[in-house]
Amino acid sequence: MKVIFFYIIACFLITISVHSSEDENKLLKVYKNLRCLVCQGQSIADSNSDFAATIKLVVQDQFNEGKTEDEIYKFLTSKYGEWIIYQPIFNKNNFLLWALPYALFICGGFIIFLLVRKTKHSKVK
Amino acid sequence: MKINISKIIIFSFVVFLLFIFWQGLKKNNSYDTKSLIGSRISNFQLNEINNNNQYISEEDLKKNKFTLINFFASWCAPCRVEHKYLLNLSSENNEIKIIGINFKDKKNNAINFLKELGNPYTFVGKDVKGKISISFGIYGIPESILVDSNLTVIKKVVGPIDQAQYNEILKLIQ
Repeated sequence: MKVIFFYIIACFLITISVHSSEDENKLLKVYKNLRCLVCQGQSIADSNSDFAATIKLVVQDQFNEGKTEDEIYKFLTSKYGEWIIYQPIFNKNNFLLWALPYALFICGGFIIFLLVRKTKHSKVK
Repeated sequence: MKINISKIIIFSFVVFLLFIFWQGLKKNNSYDTKSLIGSRISNFQLNEINNNNQYISEEDLKKNKFTLINFFASWCAPCRVEHKYLLNLSSENNEIKIIGINFKDKKNNAINFLKELGNPYTFVGKDVKGKISISFGIYGIPESILVDSNLTVIKKVVGPIDQAQYNEILKLIQ
C-alpha cells in the first residue's frame, strides 16, 4: 500500500516538474527573441538590466494568463515597435527578407542545372 | 550574340545585394519611439500613490483636452532637472493635465520628493514593479507621453524635458 502511495506521489511530482520545465523553456524562448532596448546587443534573456527584469515580469504574467507567444510579441511590438523582436515579423516590409533565401535557393539550383547540362553537352561533343 | 543566363542572374544578384547594403547604410538602426506617435494608449488602470481604492483609467484621461503622462522617481536625478518645466506647464496652462506615475520607488521618498520640489500632478499613480510602464512603452525614466482626448500619442519625450521640449509641448497644445 505504501509503495503504491509513494509511486502516485512520485508520478505527480515528476508531472509537475516536467510541466514547469516546459513552461520555463517556452518563456526562455520568448526572452531570447526579445531585444533589450537599453543594452548593447543583448537579449532580454541575457540581460540583468532593470528594463529586462520588468519585461520578464510582464511576459511571465501574460504567459500565466494563457496568452500565446504571438500575442505576447504583438503586445510588445505595439508598445516598442518591431525593433524589440529579433526575428522579423512576416509582413509586406519584411517580405523580401523571408522570400529571398528561397528565391536564391531556386536560382542556385537553376544555375547548377545549367552548368551541369552545359558540361554534359560539351562532353558529348 | 549568345546570352549567358547564369552570368545575368549572378550580375543581377550582385547589383541587388549592393542596393540592399546601400539602403541599409541610410537606415538608422538605433531605437527611437517615433513609430509610436499616432498610436493610442489603452487598457490601463492606475492606483493612487496614497490610496489603493482610488484610481484612474483611460476614461478619466478622455475628459482632458491634453494629458501629459510623466514617469518619475525620487531616485532619478534627471527627474529633478525636468521638474521645474512640469511645474510651469501645470501652473501656466489650463489646457493640459499632468499625470505623474511614480516608478519603482518607495512611497515616502516619492511624497518627500513632491513636497520638496512641488507637485505639478493632478494625479500621482504608482508603478511599484514597473509593469505599468511597459503598457506605455517606457524603457527608462524620466519619460513623458503627451496624449490628446482620444488618447492618441502626440509626443513622446525620452529623458528629461528641457526648454526646447517644453516649447514644443506648448506649441502642440495651442
